[in-house]
Amino acid sequence: MLQSPQSLVRLEQAGVLRAGRWLVRDVDLDVQRGEIVTLIGPNGSGKSTTARMALGIVAPSEGTAKRAVNLRVGYVPQKVAVDWTLPLTVDRFMTLTNPLSRAQKEAALQSTGIAHMAKAEVRNLSGGEFQRALLARAIARKPDLLVLDEPVQGVDFSGEIALYELIARIRDDMHCGILLISHDLHVVMAATDRVICLNGHVCCHGTPQAVAESAEYKQLFGARGAAQLAVYRHHHDHTHLPDGRVRHADGTVTGHCHPDDGHHHEHDHHHDGENEKGDTRNAR
Amino acid sequence: MLDDFFIRAIVAGAGVALVTGPLGCFIVWRRLAYFGDTLSHAALLGVAIAFLLQIDVMLAVFSVSVVVAVALLFLQRRAGLSADALLGLLSHSALALGLVALAFMTWVRIDLMGLLFGDILAVSKSDIAIIYAGGAFVLAVLAMIWNSLFAATVNPELAEAEGMKPDRANFIFMLLLAVVVAIAMKIVGVLLITALLIIPAATARRFAGGPELMALFASLAGVLAVVGGLFGSLQWDTPSGPTIVVAALILFLVSLLPVAALAGAGGKAGASGKEGRTP
Repeated sequence: MLQSPQSLVRLEQAGVLRAGRWLVRDVDLDVQRGEIVTLIGPNGSGKSTTARMALGIVAPSEGTAKRAVNLRVGYVPQKVAVDWTLPLTVDRFMTLTNPLSRAQKEAALQSTGIAHMAKAEVRNLSGGEFQRALLARAIARKPDLLVLDEPVQGVDFSGEIALYELIARIRDDMHCGILLISHDLHVVMAATDRVICLNGHVCCHGTPQAVAESAEYKQLFGARGAAQLAVYRHHHDHTHLPDGRVRHADGTVTGHCHPDDGHHHEHDHHHDGENEKGDTRNAR
Repeated sequence: MLDDFFIRAIVAGAGVALVTGPLGCFIVWRRLAYFGDTLSHAALLGVAIAFLLQIDVMLAVFSVSVVVAVALLFLQRRAGLSADALLGLLSHSALALGLVALAFMTWVRIDLMGLLFGDILAVSKSDIAIIYAGGAFVLAVLAMIWNSLFAATVNPELAEAEGMKPDRANFIFMLLLAVVVAIAMKIVGVLLITALLIIPAATARRFAGGPELMALFASLAGVLAVVGGLFGSLQWDTPSGPTIVVAALILFLVSLLPVAALAGAGGKAGASGKEGRTP
């Protein structure tokens, strides 16, 4: 049993070992009812693996993953490929894991802005439309816990803001817990209760407020002028080796991260491999 | 009515087709065509074992199919081979083992052609009883696991996360396939069972607006193929199993015509062969 009655899912010192490599290790994570927890980190940092541990799809190789009894989950996976041989309309897709009334389906599709696509085949949707369908399906279940793995990928910029506002509203209306995975923090910042930064392990965590009080963040925050458009990036000064050890900026190798390891939240650093996307955002 | 061998053949074949339709849809959606082949090839090994141990042929075929399915699941997790290589290995090994074992049993005289291509004209009333009882059982179980199996087909992780137990549904689906192979072997033979699973489902894809409709249409297409094939084999004195598959193939080719798509929309189907191609 979980210690906190409100706790929906809790990972303690959880890690996944695959083919001799730790995909992610030493993760402590706790999602309570009514809060949004955001996981951030670069590609391959173990965000999806952490979410899959929380969902029970992957059993932790070490540590524990506990879920509340009779937990009702809504899940938006990072990738869903629907085979072209499968005749699947958006309407049928909505009832994939549980039955819904016509009104429930319409309300969910309406809230994500694709009510007009109900009769369309899923494989004919654009990337952004499909993400909206996935989100509509997950929230129509009225879940206790909503796990969203990069839910706005492929959604245009204004749609992205609208969907993040919707996610915050879902949390308020349905009083569910939300575990949100994002490769950066840019728009989520305002609605998120807690941020956990992964890079093979938990690098840093805390309230967005705590992060926002840092000088670098304030600088950005003020520059953008709007809470919805806060830009947040950071740079890791250490790398995680395949055997779980850590190589620091000065070349030393240790078993764990130093408490003073840097995760600089600076506007002049980029995530590896995400420069292009970051630049695009700045240009807007 | 069932005293006539031809009527018996139609009733038996239609019974099998009703079951292979919905199961075949899942085979097509999940790209398991080769798995169906593997199970049916393994059936021959089941026949050999049945003669060796003096047990019921259907029971032996079912058991061997289950063993092959479990072996596949096990090897997929252990061996570093891709699924299609493993299926090829299991499929032809089982077929070869069956043929070799039968050759060793010199005291057994069996009709190998009958096993490979089926002998639907020789079905008895008790065969029909088994087909319909077994078929009803398979369809009932499939209806029970339909939602979780379908969710697992669309996305296994999503199904797992939302409590649909995809692993259990997948395993039950494999058992159902094994039952169908055991039942259908006598009708179309081990080499053509996969055809009855895949071709009607592929035919139905063109007309179906949803997965449940596609399963229904696949059943209907299968029944049509059986009836058409049997009349064809009577007309031209051709082997019945292969003729049924040819009939299924013709239905599939017809479904590809632009006319067929327009017929579903209620247009002037007869005169619009060329119009159908223009967007």
